Amino acid sequence: MLQDKDRIFTNIYGHFDRSLKGAMARGHWDGTKALLEKGRDWIINEMKASGLRGRGGAGFPTGLKWSFMPKESDGRPHYLVVNADESEPGTCKDRDIMRHDPHTLVEGCLIAGFAMGAHTAYIYVRGEFIREREALQRAIDECYEAGFLGKNNKHGWDMDVIVHHGAGAYICGEETALLESLEGKKGQPRLKPPFPANMGLYGCPTTVNNVESIAVAPTILRRGAAWFSSFGRPNNAGTKLFCISGHVNNPCTVEEEMSIPFRELIERHCGGVRGGWDNLLAVIPGGSSVPLVPAEQIIDAPMDFDSLRELKSGLGTAAVIVMDKSTDIVKAIARLSYFYKHESCGQCTPCREGTGWMWRVMERLVRGEAHKHEIDMLLDVTKQVEGHTICALGDAAAWPIQGLIRHFRPEIERRIDEFTRNAHRAEPALIAAE
Amino acid sequence: MAVRRLADEAVQPQGFAFTPENEAWARQTIKKYPEGRQYSAVIPLLMRAQEQEGWVTRAAIEYVAEMLSMPLIRVLEVATFYTQFQLAPVGTRAHVQVCGTTPCMLRGAGDLIEVCKRKIHPEPFKTNEAGTLSWEEVECQGACVNAPMVMIFKDTYEDLTPQRLEEIIDAFEAGRGHEIKPGPQIDRFNSAPASGFTTLTDEAAILKFPPSGGGKSRRKPGEAEAASVPPSRAGRPRTGAMETDEAIRSPSPVKVSSNGEKRASVKPPKENEAEADRVAEEVEGSSRTRRHSEAPDTQNAALRSPELKKAKAPRKQTLGPESPEREAAAAAPAGNEARPKGIERPERPDDLKMISGVGPRIEGILNDLGIYTYAQIASWTKVEREWVDSYLRFKGRIEREDWVKQAEALAKGGVAEYERVFGKKPR
Repeated sequence: MLQDKDRIFTNIYGHFDRSLKGAMARGHWDGTKALLEKGRDWIINEMKASGLRGRGGAGFPTGLKWSFMPKESDGRPHYLVVNADESEPGTCKDRDIMRHDPHTLVEGCLIAGFAMGAHTAYIYVRGEFIREREALQRAIDECYEAGFLGKNNKHGWDMDVIVHHGAGAYICGEETALLESLEGKKGQPRLKPPFPANMGLYGCPTTVNNVESIAVAPTILRRGAAWFSSFGRPNNAGTKLFCISGHVNNPCTVEEEMSIPFRELIERHCGGVRGGWDNLLAVIPGGSSVPLVPAEQIIDAPMDFDSLRELKSGLGTAAVIVMDKSTDIVKAIARLSYFYKHESCGQCTPCREGTGWMWRVMERLVRGEAHKHEIDMLLDVTKQVEGHTICALGDAAAWPIQGLIRHFRPEIERRIDEFTRNAHRAEPALIAAE
Repeated sequence: MAVRRLADEAVQPQGFAFTPENEAWARQTIKKYPEGRQYSAVIPLLMRAQEQEGWVTRAAIEYVAEMLSMPLIRVLEVATFYTQFQLAPVGTRAHVQVCGTTPCMLRGAGDLIEVCKRKIHPEPFKTNEAGTLSWEEVECQGACVNAPMVMIFKDTYEDLTPQRLEEIIDAFEAGRGHEIKPGPQIDRFNSAPASGFTTLTDEAAILKFPPSGGGKSRRKPGEAEAASVPPSRAGRPRTGAMETDEAIRSPSPVKVSSNGEKRASVKPPKENEAEADRVAEEVEGSSRTRRHSEAPDTQNAALRSPELKKAKAPRKQTLGPESPEREAAAAAPAGNEARPKGIERPERPDDLKMISGVGPRIEGILNDLGIYTYAQIASWTKVEREWVDSYLRFKGRIEREDWVKQAEALAKGGVAEYERVFGKKPR
């Protein structure tokens, strides 16, 4: 089990002092200047060695991403953009970082900015996080006052951190859509290449990182790559914030080491599944866009990127949505389909039309008002949406449905049978589940 | 994706301007972005406009476009793309945003939606009868471990039960929303487990540099919440109508040419300070901060600049579908002098729907004009009647239905008097 002394986010619940003074007492902003003096290459190598994989969902190695930035500036400024547009259903970790432990993020911005030669960092906070934005801005103001940021600061690297915000569009969590939005346009993803590392914000080299990826960087560098990679299985190193929501006794956000078995995570922090382990139906282990995993497969699985990929799912943002046997599983996934239909940006036809189509079929499957061959047709459509769009929203809309059909096909067929059996009755109340 | 359109012309106010304080804030915000990249500020500016007005009006969109020298269509795109912008008026005391996505749904968001349907309006985005409350179902608000939750203005109310939500709605309805503590509504510390902390229990273990005085830095729940977070602006207070007054110069009607998004060669008119500062008489009476003695002269206000006159005249028919012609309002006799005086919302406004010809929608528009009582309508002069008639685009209905006589009767003796005069029940 992870000890308190090894936790990076030491004030994630906000019950300790949140001010700069309090953060410094807990070891943040300690020796930052010395870290910068070790040089850019040392920082990037250390990040690579730590094995930190991006915490925004895709799990791309953070050190490698930083190394893509041009070594020498060609006259264009470099930008660091922090993706705090946390909108994935089930995920609420960045919110707690920003409102309770913001100095981890601000310090991370300085270090990451130095490592990629950027003097400006934009933090794109989702529009709904108003109090979080205020808390973050307050932390940044404190740092400016203390001379930790700004021109000619105490750390010897000019750095401006600017808080920007969106206005309620899930798609702006996609990095190029985020850049578009930051430039004051509709948040519609760009075609890649060119990648943001060459042509990003305002046409300049840009790196977009998740809040958690940036916020853990200072502690990793202070305590060393070896310390960080000592947690978790190989290739899945480190500690991670898990957000456990749904049918557990005590939903919570908690920092744990990677590869912790699912059962241990739930038992230790969430007081077990509602109604006991026999009552567990399925789990969405990484936020709404990964396929669900049925109870018997997930119960003893380690929670990390590779083992969940073997279960044909993913760690995503480590937003664990637990569903017990009282759940209407088809309806739960249909609600996600509605979410994707609502959030599609409308740029690519397969996604714009497909998400709406899939949702309408899902709504009929909830009632059982369908033919059995339509299940295969739906599966086929998800395969056609997947991979045929500019960004991953099309994939994200397709995967939950694929997961549902993979594991709960008998349940869908049962509903169709039930509906058909009752179809001759005159009463209009033909709700299959009742 | 959701199809979103601007609100009906009938509810759109005629103009918009930031308050001086917001104006200064906006200038500051634009400066945060590199030179020439002021478009980046469009979302923050629109959001501030929404905070000021309660919703994003067409006039506000035009104002922001002009402020950023941004093509109007780009700002319209942004306003209609992002779902946090309310494109139609919402409840004045609270707009309840219920999260309905799966994590909240699993923990009972459906019951919360039922509460809203019962207490506010069966449909989302519709206000209750008094116009004070409205609700909508929103997608994930990012408080999933505290599900189910609602967001009202800037604050989230988490770990709700239907009963608790009813209490919260009642409190906002009564104007006491600020008394409710945001965050978890059960005995729980933010996102920590409800049963108590399982981690980070001992601060000594994580303090690297303990404070010399040995002072405890641990906070009690709720204590610093109040200290560090400014109180919510729960329930947008009723501000005067100064900012939405039509007398304030409306943005330039000059559109950009489609070619390369360059500004049209017609320069926007120079700001006429006297004109921009002028407010209507009824506002002047209530405003203590701004004093204006200039006599109103709206006849040619918008057309004072010769370049603009040229640009505007032939374009009358070419406005886009989002900016329908406002001839009716523009043709109102001499703008403002004819507008009947409005009042602050009284404790118990009269039910204007009793007047034959006034439905809930017209009542809402009249209320927006500050018309709340029968006595007000009864006292309308002919000019004022004409003004309202053309404002509502009624083509003489007010006279035909004789609102004034109806209102007189209702003001004098309510329903009984109405029946005596007209020999039938009202409505």
